[in-house]
Amino acid sequence: MSELEKRYSPGLAAQTKRPIEDPGIEPHRVRMTDKSEKHARTAEKQIAAMFGVSVIGAIIAIWGFFAFPIVDGDLSATRNNSLWMGLGMALSMLGIGFGAVHWAKTLMPDNEVSELRHQARSSEETRAQALEVVKLADGESGFTRRKLIRRTMYGALAFFPIPGIIIFGDLGPVVGDTLRHTMWKSGTRLAKDPTGIPIKASDVTIGSVFHVIPEGLEDLEEHKLEEKAKAAVLLVRVNPEDLNEDPAKADWSYQGIVAYSKICTHVGCPVALYEQHTHHLLCPCHQSTFDLANHCEVVFGPASRPLPQLPITVDAEGYLVAQSDFLEPVGPSFWDMRK
Amino acid sequence: MTKQKMNNARRSPFAAILVILAGLLISGGGYAVASDAIDTTSVSATSQEAVDAGKKLFLANCASCHGSNAEGGNMGPSLIGVGAASVDFQVGTGRMPAQASGPQVMKKPVQFTAEQTAQLAAYVASLSPGPSIPSEEWVGEAALASGDTSKGGELFRINCAMCHNAVGAGGALTEGKFAPSLAGVSAKHTYEAMVTGPQNMPVFNDTNLTPEDKKDIITYLKYVEENDSVGGFELGSIGPVAEGLFTWIFGLGFIIAITVWLGAKSN
Repeated sequence: MSELEKRYSPGLAAQTKRPIEDPGIEPHRVRMTDKSEKHARTAEKQIAAMFGVSVIGAIIAIWGFFAFPIVDGDLSATRNNSLWMGLGMALSMLGIGFGAVHWAKTLMPDNEVSELRHQARSSEETRAQALEVVKLADGESGFTRRKLIRRTMYGALAFFPIPGIIIFGDLGPVVGDTLRHTMWKSGTRLAKDPTGIPIKASDVTIGSVFHVIPEGLEDLEEHKLEEKAKAAVLLVRVNPEDLNEDPAKADWSYQGIVAYSKICTHVGCPVALYEQHTHHLLCPCHQSTFDLANHCEVVFGPASRPLPQLPITVDAEGYLVAQSDFLEPVGPSFWDMRK
Repeated sequence: MTKQKMNNARRSPFAAILVILAGLLISGGGYAVASDAIDTTSVSATSQEAVDAGKKLFLANCASCHGSNAEGGNMGPSLIGVGAASVDFQVGTGRMPAQASGPQVMKKPVQFTAEQTAQLAAYVASLSPGPSIPSEEWVGEAALASGDTSKGGELFRINCAMCHNAVGAGGALTEGKFAPSLAGVSAKHTYEAMVTGPQNMPVFNDTNLTPEDKKDIITYLKYVEENDSVGGFELGSIGPVAEGLFTWIFGLGFIIAITVWLGAKSN
């Protein structure tokens, strides 16, 4: 071990052999720009050219700003404006960066230097002095001696952050059972998204797909999007012969018209890619595939439970209405879902 | 004019050209008039002649799969009640007659003339009522010019974009099927596809999307087709796959190249 290593690496004192031998600094190689003035001149010109390119880039950006003005009401006008300003500014910054790096690499001194770390531990004198200062302060302030002050101060320090924690209570309402319920209730009419026009059973011909929201969604004063995100339904009519229904849910459909939640049970993307003849419903996010003719069981992909079915029927005027809310939570499964 | 002068004129090199021109004009013009007459008869496609001609074409080209009375069979569905719109879409885009069975029947060069297509449509429409070919009122140039692009865009995103992509670039479905790109599809065929639901596409009847809604949707599609993308290069408009690949290859490639250059010693 060299004298230097002994002084500066106390942590390695017990380790006699290093796993990889320190190769040391490789021999210095003289650059062409150091050897010949001609090469140095060339490098100088290259660096100047890069800074020149930067200026040109800035000018391109300015030109782009004026040549392609952003016109009110014409979205596509931003296209060329952004393109040329972006390209020009990128060129401008890259020119400075490349020039500076090239300058440093070719013309600035390139002698390899190794600097050793200083020892982290202070000298014994400094440590003793510091301890003296602490003791003096303790004596002068009476921190150890005056117990009452010390303890009340600890108490104050413990209590002052509590209001900061309490304030989080204002962040929002408690989730409660909102995950288990949607806007649907007995008698809510099925309406078209986005117009909110109620749908008659006779409107839904075989092979049709309707994107459905509960009637009255548009009249909500608040949380309209949250309610829509839970209540969105896909309404499909298939030939009743093709429908393999769960006997327990036989009266949940109406003459081959079935309504299923549009929110994927995997992570909640809207499942709406319906294939008329295979009756497959595909989720575009992770390719979960549900067989609509077979009570929406999962036939492919990461979803782990079928899409919840909305029980529907018709009212006296022939409009499709919900019999009740969904009987299980819609969307992604959660920890205590079955409670 | 004397006889001598006429003889001279007859021998002129221009005489032959004039005679040929006159002959071409008479025969061509006559044909044009005659074929105009044929066209007007074929436009009224519901005429009994068109139905009969359509039936002949049907028996020769379609009956092997769809049955000799269009009742359907193992190879093809029944065409009773599918309407003229369905025939005009399937035959007019070249999908029918199908070439081979597969996950999906593909678009290909059209196999029949417009007149033959109209006759086939007339025959199928005569079997049982079904959706008819949309009128100019909904798919004509003037109609589309009056369409509401932003409403069409909203309806497209709610009803169509999940399969056909937000700007109609198309997308994948299950088991090899796909929703085709809508670029370059005529307004009439787009309308017919919505009304009839070809192959695995669902039906969007007139109570679901009114003819006015359909017109707005087509107006939106024409708008995105004709206008440049606001965001710069579209890379096929297919979203994260193309954009991610581009960034990984060119963006990261550029960064790696710069890193290597930064770390290399100057010569």
